[in-house]
Amino acid sequence: MTASFDLNPQKLLATSEPATAMEIKLRRRSRISSAMRYSVLLIFGLIMLYPLIWLIGASFKTNSEIFASPSFWPKDPTLSGYIKGWETSTPYTFGRFFWNTFLIITPKVIGTAISCTLVAYGFARFDFPGKRILFMTVIATLLLPNVVTRIPQYLLFRDIGWLDSFLPLWVPSAVAGDAFFVFMLIQFLRAIPRDMEEAARVDGANTLQTLIYIVVPMLMPAIVSVCLFQFMWTMNDFLGPLIYLSSIDKYPVSLALKLSIDTTEAFDWNQILAMSVLALAPSLTVFFIAQKYFIEGISTGGVKG
Amino acid sequence: MGGDNKYLGYLYVAPYVAGLLLFTAFPFAASFYLSFTDYDLLSTPRWTGLDNYHKLFTRDRTFDKSLKVTLLYVFMTVPIKLAFALLIAVILNYRLKAINFFRTAYYVPSILGGSIAIAVLWRYIFAQSGLVNMIIGLVGLEPINWFGDPQNALITITLLRCWQFGSAMVIFLAALQSVDKSLYEAASIDGANQWHLFRYITLPLITPVIFFNLIMQTVQAFQEFNGPYIITEGGPLKSTYLLPLYIYEKAFKSFDMGYASAIAWVLFAIIMILTLAAFWSSKKWVYYAGDKRS
Repeated sequence: MTASFDLNPQKLLATSEPATAMEIKLRRRSRISSAMRYSVLLIFGLIMLYPLIWLIGASFKTNSEIFASPSFWPKDPTLSGYIKGWETSTPYTFGRFFWNTFLIITPKVIGTAISCTLVAYGFARFDFPGKRILFMTVIATLLLPNVVTRIPQYLLFRDIGWLDSFLPLWVPSAVAGDAFFVFMLIQFLRAIPRDMEEAARVDGANTLQTLIYIVVPMLMPAIVSVCLFQFMWTMNDFLGPLIYLSSIDKYPVSLALKLSIDTTEAFDWNQILAMSVLALAPSLTVFFIAQKYFIEGISTGGVKG
Repeated sequence: MGGDNKYLGYLYVAPYVAGLLLFTAFPFAASFYLSFTDYDLLSTPRWTGLDNYHKLFTRDRTFDKSLKVTLLYVFMTVPIKLAFALLIAVILNYRLKAINFFRTAYYVPSILGGSIAIAVLWRYIFAQSGLVNMIIGLVGLEPINWFGDPQNALITITLLRCWQFGSAMVIFLAALQSVDKSLYEAASIDGANQWHLFRYITLPLITPVIFFNLIMQTVQAFQEFNGPYIITEGGPLKSTYLLPLYIYEKAFKSFDMGYASAIAWVLFAIIMILTLAAFWSSKKWVYYAGDKRS
């Protein structure tokens, strides 16, 4: 203790009289710069979020007001955008399109979670001939632009008669087709110690039981974030449904929105904006709920680990 | 696990192997084959050798234009987006109290940004009398013709993607938070200022993450489709006609599958060359912990 004290003359100087004045100056300077940082962050944050705030406000505006003032607050709020927009110019309401989105997302998310967990477990906990090469294909697929595989995929699904069904959107994900998730789960698994699994094996559990009762509970936060990302990506996916679905009664929300831009009369802006708000609502809701879940997942993981 | 049959692991990775062969490897090879054929979906593919590629590089002015616009878009979007993400992450990293709040606020556009609804919103706010021009008008400037002028249309799409810097920022922030604080203390005692700390300690330590973001964002930017498809429909004068849009229209509007595959392979080759160049150059500028160099 004393030795380090002696070795550090600068610290001794810092406690003497003139340096205290300097310290105050430094502290004041750091307070000013932290105030500056907050203002920069606030101004940028406001600029960034204003389009979203404006969108929500504008969806309650009358059509004549939308392009009249930059304020987000509607002068005479109206629900007509929501009511008319919901009806659409097709025989279906947006309720149908939300239901379709739900039908696409649910099997896709479940299939992704199960298949990616199995595959990541296989990679992280077993040795088998050719594992290195196979793992390299995970990385390669991660970097492979979809644009090169899309046309033959379309032809393949056409030949087996899956066009205009949800199968082309479900099946590739159900066989761990999204390499990003496999990679992410492998990374998580590598960080989890194997003692518990080995103890379970000694007690006579087979590898599948070990996976279900030991690994999955510990991996849960990571699996939840896989589900979350897959939910968001599928919610936002446009090109997949655009290529594979042709009948309007199977359209998800993303395609229906594009359809309403094309078919809604030129001046019914508030209908399109209102439906855009609804299209964003599920992702926003899930994001804010899951934020909390993430923090809990990290903190309980930290306590256990 | 030790003692198990050495083929047991295959059981677990089997779904992946099936998917890899069926939905990645086979389509990958097939699209290479198709790029040398003439195929309109009605008859069987007809082998035409290098005709598609020859036409692409000598007679297709749309391809020329589209390629130029794509490169311009990528080289504009990726650096701006990453610089912004890093800047905000560095500011957030100063142990600010509201760090979680700001991190969430900045991340929201990334979560929503891929949505068609956001592309729709962009159409409205950059319209001639839209939000952006109204605000520009308040400051007393002339309104900008965003979608009518070929000079500006691409900028609206770049702005849309830069607006979504949040995911890159979250990755940068995680890396910044893992930098060993004692390094800063030691350097401060030696008289280093804030810029020195950033330039000689922070920056080298986070180069692996910069590298990762650079590759992922570049691969993503080359495949931009929703923005130009919804916001500008490729126009005006094809000034936002990015290659993925051209491929889509060739393949699924004019059903020229062979030619579309050839364009896809040129795009793939460009991405591959740039990725390999990045990997090759990474030996010179990416720092890995435990590395013997100093």
